[in-house]
Amino acid sequence: MPNEFAVEMKGIAKRFPGIVANDDIHLQVRKGEIHALLGENGAGKTTLMNILFGLYQPDEGEIRIHGQTVKITDPKKAIDLGIGMIHQHFMLVEPYTVLQNIILGAEPRRGVMISYKKALARIGELSDKYGLHVDPHRTIREISVGMQQRVEILKTLYRGADILIFDEPTAVLTPQEIQELMAIMRKLADEGKTIILITHKLKEIMAIADRVTIIRRGRVVDSLPVRDTTAEELAAKMVGRNVSFVIEKKEAQPGETILEIDNLTAFDDRGCQALRGLSLEVRSGEILGIAGVEGNGQRELIEVLTGLRKASSGEIRLRGRAVQNESPRRIAEAKVGYIPEDRQKRGLVLDFCVGENLVLKNYYAPPFCKRGLLRYDEIFGHAAGLIGEYDIRTPDEKTPARALSGGNQQKVIVAREVACEPDLLIATQPTRGLDVGAIEFIHRKLIEQRDKGKAVLLYSLELDEILNLSDRIAVMYEGRIVGILDPRKTNEQEIGLLMSGGHKGEREETA
Amino acid sequence: MAVLQVASDLIQTTIVFATALVFAMLGGLISERSGVVNIALEGMMMVGAFTAAIVTYFLETNAGLGGSAPWIGFVCAIAAGAVFALPHAAASVTFRADQVVSGVALNLLAAGATIYLCKMLLNGAAQTPTLKHVFSKWAVPALSDIPYLGPALFVAYPTSYIAFLLVAVMAFVLYKTPAGLRLRAVGEHPKAADSVAINVYRVRYAAVMISGALAAMGGATIALTTTSNFSHNTISGQGFIALAALIFGKWRPVAGMFAALFFGIASALKSVFQVYGITNYIPVDFIYMFPYILTVLVLAGFVGRAVAPGAVGKPYRKGER
Repeated sequence: MPNEFAVEMKGIAKRFPGIVANDDIHLQVRKGEIHALLGENGAGKTTLMNILFGLYQPDEGEIRIHGQTVKITDPKKAIDLGIGMIHQHFMLVEPYTVLQNIILGAEPRRGVMISYKKALARIGELSDKYGLHVDPHRTIREISVGMQQRVEILKTLYRGADILIFDEPTAVLTPQEIQELMAIMRKLADEGKTIILITHKLKEIMAIADRVTIIRRGRVVDSLPVRDTTAEELAAKMVGRNVSFVIEKKEAQPGETILEIDNLTAFDDRGCQALRGLSLEVRSGEILGIAGVEGNGQRELIEVLTGLRKASSGEIRLRGRAVQNESPRRIAEAKVGYIPEDRQKRGLVLDFCVGENLVLKNYYAPPFCKRGLLRYDEIFGHAAGLIGEYDIRTPDEKTPARALSGGNQQKVIVAREVACEPDLLIATQPTRGLDVGAIEFIHRKLIEQRDKGKAVLLYSLELDEILNLSDRIAVMYEGRIVGILDPRKTNEQEIGLLMSGGHKGEREETA
Repeated sequence: MAVLQVASDLIQTTIVFATALVFAMLGGLISERSGVVNIALEGMMMVGAFTAAIVTYFLETNAGLGGSAPWIGFVCAIAAGAVFALPHAAASVTFRADQVVSGVALNLLAAGATIYLCKMLLNGAAQTPTLKHVFSKWAVPALSDIPYLGPALFVAYPTSYIAFLLVAVMAFVLYKTPAGLRLRAVGEHPKAADSVAINVYRVRYAAVMISGALAAMGGATIALTTTSNFSHNTISGQGFIALAALIFGKWRPVAGMFAALFFGIASALKSVFQVYGITNYIPVDFIYMFPYILTVLVLAGFVGRAVAPGAVGKPYRKGER
């Protein structure tokens, strides 16, 4: 008798020192369905999937694949059982071609040599069947993130996977790429593949999943068909309390102009012109959101503003004073706060403790430093205050930043930047990869800064975030601002059109 | 015709000197392509030279072997090199130590241990006596009769033929076989390799041990062709020159081979200059310095931007995020 469940996990428990990551978890995934695994960061969904993929061994419990009880000792075993994982951070070798990445570890041979001909034929079949079109001869470096994800999917299919685990697959994609991914997932499911989607994004679940299992603190809260539920209900189950999607904020009270950017130009790392005469102003008491498809000069703009990149021409004025091409320290001292995009690489020194990270911007000034010596009593006292005020969950101020969760790491950064009382706060992707609770907190803080009369410049790839938080939206395309919109009078379609180089009121196709 | 004669001599000598560099360069290449920095090439060459010389010496004096003695010495050197590389693999792969520090330690160990063992085995002599049986040059039939070009390219030590053959083998393995694809993947992005069930640790151990074997072949070549003995200055920095050749050749076998030949010319020039009396005009010390200065320049990065394997020098920890 054919079993209707592709995956059954029964009573799975997994404990790490000090944490119960999975506690008596039951999961049943039907063949051919898209099954979402919903939970906040740290809820245990990734641990569960790592158990399924053989990266961890469960302390208790049983796993059945297509009705057969199995022991998945390592990823190789999982692959043999037809389980494939599309990792959140792609597992691709950059200098290799698409083709080489797909076959790596499972190379077809002719004699002692790799037979690329056989590989190409097989990949061609798979691409056609599932609509996953890629150029096999391009290197990973040359293709977009969306394409790289297709390569990851093809890698699993090439190894004969019929159960595909997607770990937070949309985290790095643009809205258009997300649409394409959804279509691919639907197609895979229609062709009989079973899909497990790990995510904390409710919108995606509502759009694509057939069933959803919600995990909170290592336990299954519920498992139900998506058509029988709502996003609000799922959010409440995930977080354990009611969550509001609408960000409450007062009417903005814009005041004087804090930041003026005039005809700014700059080059990117490859020497191409990234900013092509960009002009913009941000006033006190408003949040200006920058929308745009990744790679249209946003990163370069932020880097020029914070002194990390040289402008080739143009002017940046803070309260009327020109500051372009000054050092990052000078710019910070001119009262600019900066929440960087990559909190682990640029926001924190991971091996420094929380207290030290909280004074990275002003450790050299009194009261933290006197006569060239650091005063740790002051530093830790300052830290203790901020830890309380920002509800940073850390054992103490001497814990290394590395040991904190993503949300708490971000709180450390926000606390540090806001504590410096900036006139202008630059927030880049401030909630990327954070869970609902932490996102709410960061959003509240940004609005609080606005209400205190600070100028906030927000750059995010999440269009929802831009629409919800901003008082004005500047759309960036090819190194220029191509439109300033009022979030109350616009919608995703209009912004999307501007983002892709179209003009207001026009319906032209752009590449 | 004198010019042609000089050129012919120069090429022949270049190949003699470059042979050891080619071996060691290939050793460095396989290790670094797998992601393990190998600054210990020098020490591995010393171990190779010492093993080859001492084994050959005892075989010819005590066992009465003749022409086969250096061959057995050569094979023993290969084995000794692989074994000697093991601690570097253990330190770099299993214990995730700093690979440069581990390499330096191995170099110091080799310098001390070879002399110590030499004194122990040879009643206090710090170097082996001159070997009676070493490799002699082979002439390729017919091809070696071509005027000038023949003696330049087709009269060489057997080790030279082996070295240049290995370049081709290395290029083939690296770019045409599954093993090569996996090795390079491990050196570029070990986590990606791990995710497709390639055993990163095993690949790196194997690469480092083969590296030791290859470097030792280079050392053995010097002891069994140019110096005919082993002493403390048999290798004298050639492991580092090989490392420079590796970088100069951008971690690619054929380009690395040409880089090794280039450094070989530098060494050959000093011999040829002496033979032709040019040292009367340029102080010999300058000519001796030449290969080393070239090495410093290359290692300091004056020659183009080198693209090292993505994960070289970074220990791999399974399961780290």
